Amino acid sequence: MAPEIWEVRFMYDVVVIGAGVTGCAVARELSRYDLKICVLEREEDVCCGTSKANSGIVHAGHDARPGSLKAKFNLMGNEMMEDLSKELDFPFRRNGSMVLCFKEEEKGKLEELKRQGEENGVKGLRILEREEIRRMEPNLTENAVAALYAPSGGIVCPFGLTIALAENAYVNGAEFRFNTEVASIERVSDTGREGYLLRTDKGEIRSRAVVNAAGVYADTFNNMVSGRKLSIIPRKGEYRLLDKSTGKFVDKTIFQMPTELGKGVLITPTVHGNLMVGPTAADIEDKEGVNTTAEGLEEVALKAALSAEHVPGGQVITSFAGLRAHEAGDDFVIGEAEDAAFFFNAAGIESPGLTSAPAIGAVLAEEIAGRLGAVRKEKFQVERKGIFCVSTATKEELADRIKENPAYGNVICRCETVTEGEIRDAVRRPLGAKSLDGVKRRTRAGMGRCQSGFCSPKVMEILAEELGCSKLELTKSGHGSYLLAGLDKENL
Amino acid sequence: MRKDYDIVVIGGGPAGMAAAASARESGITNILILERDRELGGILNQCIHNGFGLHTFKEELTGPEYAARFISKVKEAGIDYMLNTMVLDISPDKEVTAMNREEGLFTVRAGAVILAMGCRERPRGALNIPGYRPAGIYSAGTAQRLVNIEGFLPGREVVILGSGDIGLIMARRMTLEGAKVKVVAELMPYSGGLKRNIVQCLDDFGIPLKLSHTVIDIDGKERVKGVTLARVDENRKPIPGTEEYIPCDTLLLSVGLVPENELTKGMGIDLMRATSGPKVNESMETSREGVFACGNVLHVHDLVDYVTQESEEAGKAAARYIKSGLKRGAAVEVEAAGGVRYTVPSSIQPENAEDKIVVRFRVGDVYKDSWISVYYDKERILHRKKRIMAPGEMEQVILKKEELQKRMGLKKITITIEEA
Repeated sequence: MAPEIWEVRFMYDVVVIGAGVTGCAVARELSRYDLKICVLEREEDVCCGTSKANSGIVHAGHDARPGSLKAKFNLMGNEMMEDLSKELDFPFRRNGSMVLCFKEEEKGKLEELKRQGEENGVKGLRILEREEIRRMEPNLTENAVAALYAPSGGIVCPFGLTIALAENAYVNGAEFRFNTEVASIERVSDTGREGYLLRTDKGEIRSRAVVNAAGVYADTFNNMVSGRKLSIIPRKGEYRLLDKSTGKFVDKTIFQMPTELGKGVLITPTVHGNLMVGPTAADIEDKEGVNTTAEGLEEVALKAALSAEHVPGGQVITSFAGLRAHEAGDDFVIGEAEDAAFFFNAAGIESPGLTSAPAIGAVLAEEIAGRLGAVRKEKFQVERKGIFCVSTATKEELADRIKENPAYGNVICRCETVTEGEIRDAVRRPLGAKSLDGVKRRTRAGMGRCQSGFCSPKVMEILAEELGCSKLELTKSGHGSYLLAGLDKENL
Repeated sequence: MRKDYDIVVIGGGPAGMAAAASARESGITNILILERDRELGGILNQCIHNGFGLHTFKEELTGPEYAARFISKVKEAGIDYMLNTMVLDISPDKEVTAMNREEGLFTVRAGAVILAMGCRERPRGALNIPGYRPAGIYSAGTAQRLVNIEGFLPGREVVILGSGDIGLIMARRMTLEGAKVKVVAELMPYSGGLKRNIVQCLDDFGIPLKLSHTVIDIDGKERVKGVTLARVDENRKPIPGTEEYIPCDTLLLSVGLVPENELTKGMGIDLMRATSGPKVNESMETSREGVFACGNVLHVHDLVDYVTQESEEAGKAAARYIKSGLKRGAAVEVEAAGGVRYTVPSSIQPENAEDKIVVRFRVGDVYKDSWISVYYDKERILHRKKRIMAPGEMEQVILKKEELQKRMGLKKITITIEEA
């Protein structure tokens, strides 16, 4: 595909850098206002960085220091999530969480954690004794002497949330420019109005305001315009994901207090019914270093065994790593930079970033709209309907749907029961999938126990048909990630 | 749609077709095959190499040719089949729920069910290979489909991990299609594939086989750029200092097959740990009455000829079950011992058996000049020397019904390997 170079210069009210969950949440909330918005993303799709590789946890909010932005946005995001999941139709479940304590002498710390949570405004926190833990979660270790139970903890599909926010922003007028990498940002006033000039690999863009939601690169962009330097350290987290047959191993998200092995790992069901263990926490240099390591994966298994001795490790279907955008100041950096007017940071968004995203979006959008003097649109499409999901539909819903469109009767991904109808919808809908991973994140085709062994050739066929391209042009995840090298015998 | 069939066969690959055809020959006229792919034949359709049918037809056929013979049989016998049809669920009382474009969601009530869903390949994730997750990592069977059915080459410079038969076959195929296969690495100190495949697919093309080696890292953020191989010790742990980086754009995995028993589990049928397939008796009947299993869903085979034999037994038994029922009562346990990983069947009710009962099994290690022994309780009744036995090659012993029936009160048949 030839690189697309823009002939014209674009002018926006707000440019959002980064189409992760934070950028998409900000864009969605901004799209309530009469503003010209553009989201710039260097990858080919939304949800390609930190947002796609994390725990998928909606934290209750007891971990953050009282008074911190993390505490504020965590609580607010947690409260918003349920309504939002209905409004935007993405999977969310309030399954509750536990923090396990393994030593009698550390029960005091658990009490402290409870007090901290209460100070943050977390409701329903309760200390569980040994018997109660095992009654609620029979597979957990007997070595857990106490636990902090948080009924408001939940799990969410990080792809589902991000994609829903993006689609809704798009439907409400926000533009998205993918495969576009910002090289520099400069404050300019030559058009009469003050604003920013962004040079990208595709051309120049001007905007009155900029939102920096660039994940592990948020420091780079902030430091281009602000003297108040940020420093983002990529903190790697490795995970192991287990087969759906193990998804009921625990019902709640199981955290650990720190042990002699260091910071704990969690064991959690995912909202789709898998079991997940992880993450590690290792500060690294490479902001692209999303590789898993033998040591990391082993650490995950060892630490998980502290919470439950019999985690079915033989049922692992895949492992992955993500990078948390850890800011040196150890808190979110949110709002207008003091020395760079109309430059708004949403930086240092690490855990509980996923939980906080909807709240960050709402608060930041209101601040930006206020500064720009924007007014709310009369027509804002508040609801979004997701892709019809065959595997969770009732028999009646499914029968009706197939009658309407027989493609929903044609199963493509057998492990996750994803049909041709769902895959076609994933490509055709607003901001549709363009790659195998794009289809996977939207439909779960290829996410099951065979890890796309059976369905990838079929998904490729549908993708090529829908995109009107040759299979040789198809990628796993954009850029140079081509799936096929050529035709049989063409080099002989 | 709601129909009743005497026998519903789940899967229209070699196992399902042979089972259906033999049930038909045994007098059952009311049979339905449900197949998820767009044609009958299963994985044979992408196995365009030869070597199929030496036992069954006494000639060498390609996979599609072998399949075609059974497809004709199914069609000539007038056996009903539905393509592009996915079975979603089978209830304990044998009501099969399935779905396709034409019928939508539908149920079929079956007198007997024959499970013939085959197997799937183990993915990278099951091995916990660390590294990046770029494009260019395929299971060997997926690559085989891309190359042989779709006409696309998934990559040009290839490393293959695992020396299972599909991996070996794909080493040759990729070479023939213009790719460079740099090495086949095998974690175990012996190959998991057939000896003939090592000779014909690797040796004949000068492709090195590195035993006791594995991939410990995958490099490349967009497309695979290379992999790191390392030698492993006797505990299969990589040995530091033996790492070797091999530039390549493709990693093919042939690291084991897993019987696809999600439907079986859904019915609450007992599975065997060693095979991940259902436990069956002499009639290939599972722990649920009237539910039979055969082929790779039961245990992974290396030759389709044996799949056919086993499936014909299952088809006949299912027919007997429908016509006159099977005898119930105390069965003789078949025990896998001393180097034998499992046996199929794992119990025998002599009265239900044909004249001969084939007991298939695999060994857990390589054995040279050792004996296969069969004990009826404490008495050794068979002691057969084999020059070589390996986990990659299925073994069998044949028991006579007559002999078994003579021994009243026989409790256990033990199959074991006795070393020199």
